[in-house]
Amino acid sequence: MALLQIKNITKNFGDVVALDGVSLDVEAGEVVVLLGPSGCGKSTLLRCVNGLEEINSGEIIFDGNNITASGTDWRLVRQKIGMVFQSYELFPHLNVLENIILSPKKVLKVPAEKAVREAETLLARIGLSDKIKAFPRELSGGQKQRVAIVRSLIMHPRILLLDEITAALDPEMVREVLDVVLKLAKGGQTLLIVTHEMEFAKVVADRVVFLDKGKIVEISTPHEFFNEPKTERAEKFLNIFKFDNANI
Amino acid sequence: MDMNFILDSIPIYGKAAWLTLWTGAAGIILSFVTGFICALVQYFKIPYARRVVGMYIELSRNTPLLIQLYFLYFGLPKLGVMLSGETCAVIGLTFLGGSYMAEAIRSGLESVEAIQFQSGLSLGLSKSQVTRYIISPQAFLTAMPALLANAVFLIKETSLFSAIAVKDLMFVALYQLGNVYKTEEIFLILIGFYLLILLPLTIIAGIAERRMQRVKYGV
Repeated sequence: MALLQIKNITKNFGDVVALDGVSLDVEAGEVVVLLGPSGCGKSTLLRCVNGLEEINSGEIIFDGNNITASGTDWRLVRQKIGMVFQSYELFPHLNVLENIILSPKKVLKVPAEKAVREAETLLARIGLSDKIKAFPRELSGGQKQRVAIVRSLIMHPRILLLDEITAALDPEMVREVLDVVLKLAKGGQTLLIVTHEMEFAKVVADRVVFLDKGKIVEISTPHEFFNEPKTERAEKFLNIFKFDNANI
Repeated sequence: MDMNFILDSIPIYGKAAWLTLWTGAAGIILSFVTGFICALVQYFKIPYARRVVGMYIELSRNTPLLIQLYFLYFGLPKLGVMLSGETCAVIGLTFLGGSYMAEAIRSGLESVEAIQFQSGLSLGLSKSQVTRYIISPQAFLTAMPALLANAVFLIKETSLFSAIAVKDLMFVALYQLGNVYKTEEIFLILIGFYLLILLPLTIIAGIAERRMQRVKYGV
């Protein structure tokens, strides 16, 4: 059974239909990339999986449990489903180490020394050991985002949701963040990624899901999707990223 | 200027200053606690409690402290509740200060972006943990200048305590004025003592404000 099963969910914001009957399975160890024009519902989908938005109908099954049933303890679910945001959302009053060890200490009740050791290991892996005592304001955007990823990883999430994590970054910084994500993917971390980085999606994805107007239009392998998209809508979308046929 | 009179009077004023200081400090601390609770009720939009808090804030901010003190000191005994002047003073100051503190803290809480809250939740923290470890520290940092300004304001308001026979600085000064008519000397001592209490607080407020800006915007 798939680790995450999204079954025919809908989400409305007033009259606006953000998600219109979306179904998607994500297997353990799989990397799924969500693509689509802005406003298509990609981010909303991620936020629903993390319980930050309540769905209007359908259900989400995670690890065999219906997490959209009433009475779900989202606190427990979120320990297993991590999320990283576009705007990093590091806690500005805490330094890098404190940012990272807050949740293992308070949620998992991991002893402080153990959490610190694990944070040090993780920071070393992303090359930020020297920033352990730095405050978020002293870091570049790329460094902040890498710390935010580590902060989620230390909870050992079964699945990690990445919501346009490079959208606010300069090009060079995009690379350093995506390299971290690529390493995670290679290491078998289950990932559900929303991104606008097409080249990255090509390399990292096991499957590409193309959404438009709150519906899944196409699910295929990255090779298929980028070379021979099945739908006209997807083709149009991909053409936006090509300049060789631009009208100037 | 009668220097001997001033020197002789200092011990009496010292004692009165101590009274001003501890009633003021007690009122400020209790105001802060009251304000924090009210601010949380409003921040989380807790049904019913929110209404009560709203009414309290309006009542507290739109009535003069002197009337509040009279009610406690002269009104309550009619209902069978006898409280000492000092107790009335601290309760009155808390009633007044609680609403000012509540507004300062609420605006601090609201200044923290909602996505910070979500980010905390997404790490598996509970709502109360997010409030305690993530939102409140940032809110207090933002609210610090307003909180300290409120503290200064409340200390100044203690000068009304003399109206309910609390022997604070103002009380001693008024008493002496009525007895010895050494107006200049008495007001000089009075102002000196108030400055002694308030200047350090104002200086701390200034430092706190600069520190906060640095934490928020770097440099």
